Amino acid sequence: MTSQHTLQARDLALGYGEREIISGLDVDLPPGRITCVVGPNACGKSTLLRSMARLLVPSAGAVLLDGRSIQELPTRQVAAVLGVLPQSPVAPEAITVADLVGRGRYPHQGWFRRWTATDTEAVAAAMLATDVLELADRPLDELSGGQRQRVWIAMALAQETDVLLLDEPTTYLDISHQLDVLDLLTDLNRQRGVTLAVVLHDLNLACRYADHLIAMKDGRIVAEGAPSAIVTEALVHEVFGLRSAVVPDPASATPLIVPMGRHHITAPPPDTAPTAASS
Amino acid sequence: MTGAAEHLSPASLHTAVARLVRVRRRGLARRAAVGGILLAVVLVAFAVSLSTGDFVVPLVDVLATLTGGGDAGTRFVVLDLRLPRALLALLVGACFGLSGAVFQALLRNPLASPDVIGVSSGAAAAAVLATLVLGWSGLALSALALLGALLTGAAVYLLAWRKGVSGYRLVLVGIGIGTGLSSLVSYVMTRSEVTEAQGLFLWLTGSLNGRSWTHFWPLLGGAALLLPLTLVAARALPALQLGDEAAGGLGARVEPGRLAMLACATALAGLATAAAGPVGFVAFVSPPIARRLLPGHGAVLVPAALTGAALVLSADYAAQHLLPGTQLPVGIVTSLVGAPYLLWLLARANRVGTGG
Repeated sequence: MTSQHTLQARDLALGYGEREIISGLDVDLPPGRITCVVGPNACGKSTLLRSMARLLVPSAGAVLLDGRSIQELPTRQVAAVLGVLPQSPVAPEAITVADLVGRGRYPHQGWFRRWTATDTEAVAAAMLATDVLELADRPLDELSGGQRQRVWIAMALAQETDVLLLDEPTTYLDISHQLDVLDLLTDLNRQRGVTLAVVLHDLNLACRYADHLIAMKDGRIVAEGAPSAIVTEALVHEVFGLRSAVVPDPASATPLIVPMGRHHITAPPPDTAPTAASS
Repeated sequence: MTGAAEHLSPASLHTAVARLVRVRRRGLARRAAVGGILLAVVLVAFAVSLSTGDFVVPLVDVLATLTGGGDAGTRFVVLDLRLPRALLALLVGACFGLSGAVFQALLRNPLASPDVIGVSSGAAAAAVLATLVLGWSGLALSALALLGALLTGAAVYLLAWRKGVSGYRLVLVGIGIGTGLSSLVSYVMTRSEVTEAQGLFLWLTGSLNGRSWTHFWPLLGGAALLLPLTLVAARALPALQLGDEAAGGLGARVEPGRLAMLACATALAGLATAAAGPVGFVAFVSPPIARRLLPGHGAVLVPAALTGAALVLSADYAAQHLLPGTQLPVGIVTSLVGAPYLLWLLARANRVGTGG
């Protein structure tokens, strides 16, 4: 049941206008797994995600969906396989939850095929999975931030794609809603085998929920792999310029990064931290 | 949140589907009801326009005349004087209403409408040029006005273009160009003869006075092409309303889709302006009225067209009969409705802090 679709970037270069943000990048999203992309602000992680969703045209190289250049495939055909939830989608004024989630069915409706029972079923399943069915006829404007984010994810689910890319889906949510969203994505991955790529801010949640972690800095990939295999104090320092201690997460045994600033540090930094001299 | 697995048992999926079907049916029922009421208002306004005036024709006689009966006098009043004017009002209103609804939904801005983003000013400038410089009138003037609207629309789109067009920039560029063209019109008007200026001024206000079948047929031809074409182009609107990135992710062809819709909406506004002059505020107020009647029902394109038709029919009736002995241009009446709404919208936007 695991998704067999592959999404890769080969020798990818991206930029806005003259400014090049990414060059010569190779990325493989492991099919049927959850990939989390982390890195400091402006490291190019959102840019990478947008180009993998064909929303940005690369200046060189290509994004390949099942081995074919995503820019050359018909966009509707791509939308049947690959879904994307951008960082700040716009909701039309007064739109209801059911209407918004229903718009996820857009790629499945052709010139002659209008709304059908299949569409209703997909929307119902998406709204059940995200627990927003009770809100069906409410206007989106009236909902809390957490509810709203779940509705947007429901819209992406209603698209019923095997690959789903999400740009910071937990931003602006309080911690319990962040976990709700990540649990939901994990359910989706485990039950339907959906390949997920998620840009996340929170390193510890990324380490816990990712099967595959990509750490980026200045438009290049510093390290990638299973979080427990790659996350070390040295890596955290290299990527974020941050002194930290990495300990096993008591809940999940994945790496837990304990950040250290200049104040309130009572224990000496671990010997392995390559930081004492420079920062 | 409980696990998705629990939720997704067939039974709960069945309940969920049933619930969504209920929600959807309620929505469709409301759409149908509001659509029916708007249609009824249009029909009543249409019937009243045909039957009342200086010479009252009872509704029964109107029906008889429309179906081929009636005496010569009634036939002249109903078929030659009132019917073309009422049909023009209906179509002009529908074109403006649909055009405004597309602009506002697509540019996500309640201030966006052909009046505001310079399309109407383009038509007006072309009309002034046609009358005062070329000495044209009648259909030639209308044709040039349509061309003016289309050229202005194209210029606004190209000037706002920067690897794609954002709604906000398009509105700002449109306001700039519109203001420039309006100043041009005012300047040329001050240099013109009084008699010429008077006729032109009537046109610039938006008027259906003295319109006849010769004005109606070109409008009907254009509307028969453009109204359905706009509705077809607007099939990408539900996706495009979610922002360019979400729309792209849903497989919409963002820039071509937006260009097609803007072109259709501009042509609709140009067509209506060519027939009746820039009837103020119809494209601007019809969509919000329709949205108020159907909150949460998407872009409400057809209801906005019906609202526009009802608005122009009633406004033209009022313009003819409000002041005894005088025929006001219909644009004066629609502006009386529209201007306060614009002020209210601006005041509210300032308070809410969204800037419209």
